[in-house]
Amino acid sequence: MARSVGRRPGFSRRAQYGIFTGYVIAVAGVVLGAILLIVSLVNPGAFSGLRSAAGEIARPAGEAGAEARAAGQSLFGAIGAYLGAGRQNAALSREVAAARANAMTMRALEGENRRLKALLGIVDPVSRPVTAARLIGSTSASTRRFAVLSAGSVQGVRAGQPVRSAAGLIGRVIEAGANTARVLLVTDPENVVPVRRARDGLPAFIEGKSDGRIAIRLINMGINPLKGGDVFVTSGSGGLYPPGIPVAVVTEVLVDGGIGHLASDPSDADFVIVLPVFQAAAVAALNASQQAAGPAPEAPAPESSTAGGAN
Amino acid sequence: MPLPRIPVRPEDIVPIRINRAPSPWVAEGLPWITVMFASMAAFSPVVASAPVTPPLAFMLFLAWRMLRPSLFPVWAGLPLGAFDDLFSGQPFGSGIVLWSAAMLAMDVFDNRFLWRSFPQDWLTASVLLIGYLGLGALFAGIATGAPLPLVIGPQILVTIMFYPLMTQLVALLDRIRLLPLRKL
Repeated sequence: MARSVGRRPGFSRRAQYGIFTGYVIAVAGVVLGAILLIVSLVNPGAFSGLRSAAGEIARPAGEAGAEARAAGQSLFGAIGAYLGAGRQNAALSREVAAARANAMTMRALEGENRRLKALLGIVDPVSRPVTAARLIGSTSASTRRFAVLSAGSVQGVRAGQPVRSAAGLIGRVIEAGANTARVLLVTDPENVVPVRRARDGLPAFIEGKSDGRIAIRLINMGINPLKGGDVFVTSGSGGLYPPGIPVAVVTEVLVDGGIGHLASDPSDADFVIVLPVFQAAAVAALNASQQAAGPAPEAPAPESSTAGGAN
Repeated sequence: MPLPRIPVRPEDIVPIRINRAPSPWVAEGLPWITVMFASMAAFSPVVASAPVTPPLAFMLFLAWRMLRPSLFPVWAGLPLGAFDDLFSGQPFGSGIVLWSAAMLAMDVFDNRFLWRSFPQDWLTASVLLIGYLGLGALFAGIATGAPLPLVIGPQILVTIMFYPLMTQLVALLDRIRLLPLRKL
């Protein structure tokens, strides 16, 4: 195929100027884009208003998509359940028997816990969920991991609030529009979650790897005590995430930490719950003191990056 | 590549052709609309926890540019890239830079290679798509403070293998674009 001839307009001055202007605008586009890129890298919230407005426009399409996703999952689930019904029945019966025993133990522990807390005078803040909503979209082509929520500031959603599904932590809200909000997923490299091992309270923090998995970094250096299958839950330090939400399961043990899979895959979550910030007053005070102190002069230590990620 | 044939041709929708011409709105606007719709693919049923989907909007943009070089003006990367930035999750501005630069690069390709063929178009698109995904991941990496993630490898492969399907889609859309909808 030969190239088109439309780019050479002959002697028409007007057409020549038109083409010249086109190139000027194209080059200006590159320059303008570079400036906007630098602005948004320095100040990530700079264009949040535009993005929220775009999210509002696309909201109906996303809602329809979320319903289609739920329907598709239940269809595949029904087919799978039909094929594996007998085996699943036997396995579930065993699991229920084990779970019933566990539940009895849990109830006893819970009562003991309540008594001990009353003895010490600790009052946990009662956290009523802000709202329940659907995940209506995600940035599936970019290495940044954002999802869009079908509830916004009208429903009481604010930036900073944690988002969880029935199975575990999904992420936190970073921008809230009127009826949509952007959620920074746990798998985004910017998201750092302070966690502890569910079994013995070993402290660690979790960083997204943006490939659907997460890196688990230990706070105490030394011999790596992680094992495959360890469950990590939020620890509540940093004051943002309420303690006890499952986050990740260790699948691979490294020399200085581990690689884990999410406890709750965002693609499986039908409805998610937005929770209030766990210790809102403490987080506000932390932010204020960080702003007053200015940026850290040297490279941040693990502790400070935990606090920074929890903002 | 043998692809399944679609039984209904777009031309069958409008059987009368005498005294009719393509609607200027559809003929001029369809490429813009389709690229913008592809940008909104983020609001699809898929909520992904890893970057797996090819950058559909940019692929559609390139496919239109290759099939009909004079359809998009050379500055089309500015508005379409900005629109894509609103939905893609990349730092705002990355789409504007990369789409505008891709339009200018396509212009250089057009001037350098006088004759074109499908394998050559595919190769050109592959180079541009690898550059687009790599630089996009780099910009996102700067934004998060993390180094360039290696997670885009599978995405690049999927994108390159998917591009011929995109050209097929654009060829179909081009036939719809030129349907004689307007009565003279």
